[in-house]
Amino acid sequence: MTTATGDERRTTRRRFEAKKWLPILGVAGIVLYCLAPFYWMVVTAFRRPADQYDLSPLPRTWSVENFRAVFEPGTGFGRALLNSLIVASTTTILTLVIGTSTAYALARLAFRGKNLVLSLIIATSMFPGISLIVPLLRLFTDIGWINTYQAMILPSLSFALPLAVWNLTMFFRQMPQELEQAAMVDGCTPGQAFRRIIVPLAAPGMFTTAILTFILAWNEFIIALSMVNEQNMQTVTVAISKFTGATQYDQPFGTQMAAGVIVTIPLVIGVLIFQRRIIAGLTSGGLK
Amino acid sequence: MATITYDRATRVYPGSEHPAVDGLDLHIADGEFLVLVGPSGCGKSTSLRMLAGLEEVDSGAIRIGEHDVTGLSPKDRDIAMVFQNYALYPHMSVADNMGFALRIAKTPKPEIEQRVREAAKLLDLEQYLDRKPRALSGGQRQRVAMGRAIVREPRVFLMDEPLSNLDAKLRVSTRSQIAGLQRRLGVSTVYVTHDQVEAMTMGDRVAVLHDGVLQQCASPRELYERPANAFVAGFIGSPPMNLLDCGLDGETVRAGDTALPVSSAVRDEAAHGGGVTIGIRPEDVRVVGSAEEGMSATVDLVEELGSDVYLHCSLPDEGQGVVARAEPRSAPALGESVRLGIRPEAVHAFSAVTGERIAV
Repeated sequence: MTTATGDERRTTRRRFEAKKWLPILGVAGIVLYCLAPFYWMVVTAFRRPADQYDLSPLPRTWSVENFRAVFEPGTGFGRALLNSLIVASTTTILTLVIGTSTAYALARLAFRGKNLVLSLIIATSMFPGISLIVPLLRLFTDIGWINTYQAMILPSLSFALPLAVWNLTMFFRQMPQELEQAAMVDGCTPGQAFRRIIVPLAAPGMFTTAILTFILAWNEFIIALSMVNEQNMQTVTVAISKFTGATQYDQPFGTQMAAGVIVTIPLVIGVLIFQRRIIAGLTSGGLK
Repeated sequence: MATITYDRATRVYPGSEHPAVDGLDLHIADGEFLVLVGPSGCGKSTSLRMLAGLEEVDSGAIRIGEHDVTGLSPKDRDIAMVFQNYALYPHMSVADNMGFALRIAKTPKPEIEQRVREAAKLLDLEQYLDRKPRALSGGQRQRVAMGRAIVREPRVFLMDEPLSNLDAKLRVSTRSQIAGLQRRLGVSTVYVTHDQVEAMTMGDRVAVLHDGVLQQCASPRELYERPANAFVAGFIGSPPMNLLDCGLDGETVRAGDTALPVSSAVRDEAAHGGGVTIGIRPEDVRVVGSAEEGMSATVDLVEELGSDVYLHCSLPDEGQGVVARAEPRSAPALGESVRLGIRPEAVHAFSAVTGERIAV
């Protein structure tokens, strides 16, 4: 291109720069789209109750009135937070224990119909949760589980497990089998090899699964709403839906938004803490 | 330190009719360095893993010393193994990797530290003890894998192609290091490789496997000079032995357009047993003048190695080829017609049907 004029060169450069900026623009667009509702939630939460239908991008007058309303004794919100924490943590721990052992077996043992089992596990997660409500309600009424934690934990567990098992199976599968074999030659029982070699290496996968499960269980609504009718057993999602305004026609948007912010904070903190543990490439270097 | 015995050990993988290892009989002396060699899929790794306890034995037995270890789990066999991909524990430092087996065996901490330090010194790894495997080069990782085996002071070393991930130059130097180390430690060792040069240079004895069956187990020299069958003849040596299918022509066997004087056993086999395969090493084939006895051939390819030149030649009949070694300075050019002389005393003969060696 010896005959290229300065003009042509300039357009090429401009086109090149546009190409460089396009992905950044795309990412910014997606982030904006995802975060806009959260932004609106936070902003609305900090408005005075009287301004709750205001459309200004920032509150005219900042106020924590809504947050105070959330924790008024009548709402039982503190108790609901505790309930949510119990249900979500128990679900997460159980999912990890059951999911890890199931996934390890599926990844390592050779038995007939292994892929069928894996497909069936995934298939169970395709039932719409709402279709299970009526039979579950009937069942739990019969065995006296209404208003208990297990009535919320067990269904959450069954929703979370398929994804957890699938995730962890894929994670274990990409771990070279020679690692356990080396450990066994080094004198480990299969159990020791699993605990001392595989579990530390699987930590990133397990933390990812834990976060996803916790979020799923924390945000669960429909089961918690159906299986519990006592105020001191309800979870935060249910508690928020039952906030009332001054009158029947008064929607307490501000209070709900403030509660939403409070409920989201533990998730954000959790993800930030665990993110540090999810170090990519932890397994690299042991082989070859 | 112990002897190792394979007693008709057989492994058939589920869903496969053909055994991966078929009735392997092998006795390895105390302190011996035995190399299992063969093409991929010959069952050499399976044999090693059967000894390690990582693979079941379907029939037969495996003994280490006087103990029958056939059904024992790997941890009860007192063996150390170096894996092809090293299988270092990525989350542990070099020192922890090497001391792991001792920690599992609940050895006191000071002793672990001392033994790890000694092994690290032996392998020139002292300044890397605190590093994680991912911060090491390929050669260093290989040495850590060796170190992990040495620290154990086991009765048996098992090595599964430990050099295959190193570059060519490092492979040659590590080859002699491992062989030297083994001789110094005097631990019985079984070493698996697909590389016949590695097998020949490292092993006290070499066992050649093919299709799960042991073909021959002998010293490198014996293997080279008296291969038990056509497979071993073609596998050992680089470039491999020339194998020519020959017909009987009166009292002699005819190779190309030349007659080879052979024993009556070979003649009988050629006449009644279904033909013979004649084997000649490239260094026993030389270019001769047109007046001398020899096969006429055409040079297809000239392989220059510096010290030697290998001529890949085609014979006029049946598309058979012969590789000959020539002097670098007087090597014929590509496409030239040459006469190839054979040293009659260097000729090997094998049955064309069974491949078994026939006394010449």
